[in-house]
Amino acid sequence: METATKHTKENKQALKNEVVVDIDHISKSFGNNEVLKDISLKLKRGENVVILGKSGQGKSVTIQCIVGLLIPDKGIVKVFGDDVGEMDADELKELRTKVGFLFQGGALYDSMTVRDNLEFPLTRVLKLTDQAEIDKRIEDVLDGVGLLDAIDKMPSDLSGGMRKRAGLARTMIVRPEIMLYDEPTTGLDPITSREISELILEMQKKHKTSSIIITHDMECAKITADRVVIMNEGTYIAEGSFDELKNSEDTLVRSFFNETT
Amino acid sequence: MAEQVITGYKRWLEGIGEQGVFFKNFSRNIFRGGFEWSEFVRQCYEIGYRSMMLVGITSFIMGMVLILQLRPAMLEMGAESILPKTLAVSFVREIGPVIIAIICAGKVASGIGAELGSMKVTEQIDAMEVSGANPLQYLVVTRILATSLMIPLLTVIGDAIGLFGGYLALNFTDDISFSLYFHKCIASLEFIDLFPALIKTVFFGFAIGFVGCYKGYNSNKGTESVGLAANSAVVTASLWIFVIDAVAVQITSLLFYR
Repeated sequence: METATKHTKENKQALKNEVVVDIDHISKSFGNNEVLKDISLKLKRGENVVILGKSGQGKSVTIQCIVGLLIPDKGIVKVFGDDVGEMDADELKELRTKVGFLFQGGALYDSMTVRDNLEFPLTRVLKLTDQAEIDKRIEDVLDGVGLLDAIDKMPSDLSGGMRKRAGLARTMIVRPEIMLYDEPTTGLDPITSREISELILEMQKKHKTSSIIITHDMECAKITADRVVIMNEGTYIAEGSFDELKNSEDTLVRSFFNETT
Repeated sequence: MAEQVITGYKRWLEGIGEQGVFFKNFSRNIFRGGFEWSEFVRQCYEIGYRSMMLVGITSFIMGMVLILQLRPAMLEMGAESILPKTLAVSFVREIGPVIIAIICAGKVASGIGAELGSMKVTEQIDAMEVSGANPLQYLVVTRILATSLMIPLLTVIGDAIGLFGGYLALNFTDDISFSLYFHKCIASLEFIDLFPALIKTVFFGFAIGFVGCYKGYNSNKGTESVGLAANSAVVTASLWIFVIDAVAVQITSLLFYR
């Protein structure tokens, strides 16, 4: 009995330490512009990693490499141990059902209502056919992000914050194991930004996802981060907890914090 | 100067290659993992039904204008009685399909180019792709097949309205009964007038849908790209319509008029 409990604890610990995303020395250039320079990052199961940096530093490019939207020129990106660059179309499709991606503007399909936006991945990706189950999942997830009242609204009728919530709901509805957030609070007022940041944390706890959050919003980083990575000119310059980095003795890191707060 | 020409030539070749890949991806995704019937029907409605008024008015005016322009010359030759036949053959064979296709290139190809271009700019296509859905199947296949089906239907309707316009114009000056006019029109049309004309409109429709989708789907991620995609879609689709028409006329001549 005691041995069994010990094994269960060991398994839980092993699962917690499991690396779900392994970025290994990747570089990416667009023409003569080298956006990523030999970057490495590991994301563990259940962990929230925030990549902080100013605009145009290659943060978004990094997460686009994780879902195979971009292929790095050098290096390897492994998700759940599989090399994304080596995947064929079907394998990539399979991977993308496990990895959710929230775009900066929410990227809602503007010809569809919020309900249809959420139904789209359920019928196309998960191939659900039971309308009652589809409706229940849509209502549950919209309730979770506080948007149940907007279920039949068009994206053009939603505010910036509501669009992000709806985008988050559409991503979460397929219950991904990894979430990638591309500047989730950009363009929002401080109160809505905070609400979105808290929602990200709530979703992570509720669905036990691992997340990479790209942002230059320090408030968002402070709320959501287990670990912060600072990116500058295509490379990582520091890594640690939010407080560690904030009090760092490195002038560059500290000046970066002062600059962005 | 020579370097610019070489660069331009390289880009042109790259463009052809990219269109070849786009066509291959379109073909592979037609029935892959199910067909998007509801979106296809919606596109048929958007492209077909919503273009009917424009096509109808244009065809009606074209039919009237042709009769009014032809009549003096025909009168001089004493060939007034073959006006319905002349209009029917010229309209059904050539004028109707080409004019309607050009109008649809302006309306439909630009619409598709702008819509997909703006979806690209606002990352909706990327969102569809990273969700594991198939944007090519949902956005591209449905639109290309809808245009390929709707342009021939619009042409048939436009031809009929154009002939009716001709009838009204003829009645401004002459007195001809509705049944006699249409009897003369229908009697003058043969299989080789109708069939090749209808077949080429399928290719016109395909070109309109394909070019619109290609330009929109591959536009750059900037707001000005949306306008560029729409503009480029109209110009390229119109050019393709004339090229296809020229080829179709050659093939028809070789097959039926030797």
